[in-house]
Amino acid sequence: MHKSSGADFTDFGGWTMPVAFDSIRQEHFAVRDAAGLFDVSHMSEVVVRGPDDRALLNRLTTNDVRALTPGDAQYTCFLNESGVIIDDAVVYRQPKRDGYLFVPNVGHGELMTTRLLEYANEWSMDVSISDSTSELALVAVQGPDAVETVDAVSSGSVSAISRFSCCRLEVAGVSCLVARTGYTGEDGVEIFVDSEDSEELWASLNSVQPCGLGARDTLRLEAGLLLSGQDFDPDDEPRTPIEAGLTFVVDFETEFVGRQALERQRESGPKQRLVGLRIEGRGIPRNGYDVLVDGERIGHVTSGTKSPTFNVPLAFCYVDCNHADPGTTVQVEVRDRMVEATVIDQRFLETLE
Amino acid sequence: MESHEWTEQRDGTVRVGISDFAQDELGDIVFVELPSEGESFERGGSFGVVESIKAVSDLYAPVSGTVVDTNEALREQPELINDEPFDGGWLVEFDPDEGLEHLLTVDEYRQQV
Repeated sequence: MHKSSGADFTDFGGWTMPVAFDSIRQEHFAVRDAAGLFDVSHMSEVVVRGPDDRALLNRLTTNDVRALTPGDAQYTCFLNESGVIIDDAVVYRQPKRDGYLFVPNVGHGELMTTRLLEYANEWSMDVSISDSTSELALVAVQGPDAVETVDAVSSGSVSAISRFSCCRLEVAGVSCLVARTGYTGEDGVEIFVDSEDSEELWASLNSVQPCGLGARDTLRLEAGLLLSGQDFDPDDEPRTPIEAGLTFVVDFETEFVGRQALERQRESGPKQRLVGLRIEGRGIPRNGYDVLVDGERIGHVTSGTKSPTFNVPLAFCYVDCNHADPGTTVQVEVRDRMVEATVIDQRFLETLE
Repeated sequence: MESHEWTEQRDGTVRVGISDFAQDELGDIVFVELPSEGESFERGGSFGVVESIKAVSDLYAPVSGTVVDTNEALREQPELINDEPFDGGWLVEFDPDEGLEHLLTVDEYRQQV
């Protein structure tokens, strides 16, 4: 639907996605200064419903699903038995209807649906699980002006939705689930809509700067938000929530798959953990680049870019814990050159402001 | 990206940059790594790197030769390659070891992209 707009496209997890409609910088600053519009329909949606929906989700996610009242949202992780993150997701307790909707990453809808079904069978739970990824579109409007902008084309009040909550509203005359969530570090909403109504919704927001995956990546990196499949991945970058700095979504008071392994690591301490890097020299850190201290490899970069907001190269990397303190000087190997960098908290928007 | 450099003959030297098509494909250019004066390259060899927000691309020497000048302005303003690919965004100048007969004309290049 965006091919008429002149955007550049890429293949991302099997979806043909726009990288940029205009320039990544222009789109990035639209979101930081005003508002930007994203088609993130590549994200998966899984609906869980039935008498045991809450019990099933609570035993497969690290956070406490029982804390959610209808219309609440919660960031969480799904782990394997070794405590390694399979995926991260936002779980929404549906307002005005039973059950939960959660949003795994691109290409994970079927995987997560199968996983939930297998565990539900094993534990004899009464629950229905359906992968709704192809029936639902997801549009994000992000930035300081986002809520006001969506408010103007909605039947109800979007500004009345509190952060990390969701509500059923008509937007552009079509029924939507509007959630005050996002992946940019800015205020804003994510709007779930039936795929067949998505063009009407998108068209009603045509005054907003459309943004592609490129700006989504620079925005989330500056905000310290991890990318599944890159900053953690069960095969290529196996990490626990402790290593990934996500212990704030782990509730050790609940019983969940992977908890025992995670408790063991909590006691012994992880070998490495995720930190932010600010590059002091000339060079841009990219996925896979080595991080060194005194010529010894102590970690590697998982995400990196030149930050449009701070005009300096920034990165996430996993380093040995004895080199993870903020202020530590390290080197990043950029094409056989050593470029100096400083360890800082990875929530760059807060750290560098 | 395949080779998208342009050349311009000046008094005995050959100035090199990347095409408008190439800068547009790369998007916002944020970093350029150029060789030092006096370094020599074979035709087709990588003489530097240009990075946009989203990608890293090698720069390929369109002629064999020795670098006699580099565009120092790009260290602080790599975006000149986006803004003025054929003027302020030039990259290096070579003292060529060979003629330019093997290069495409502008029309031939346009047919390829």
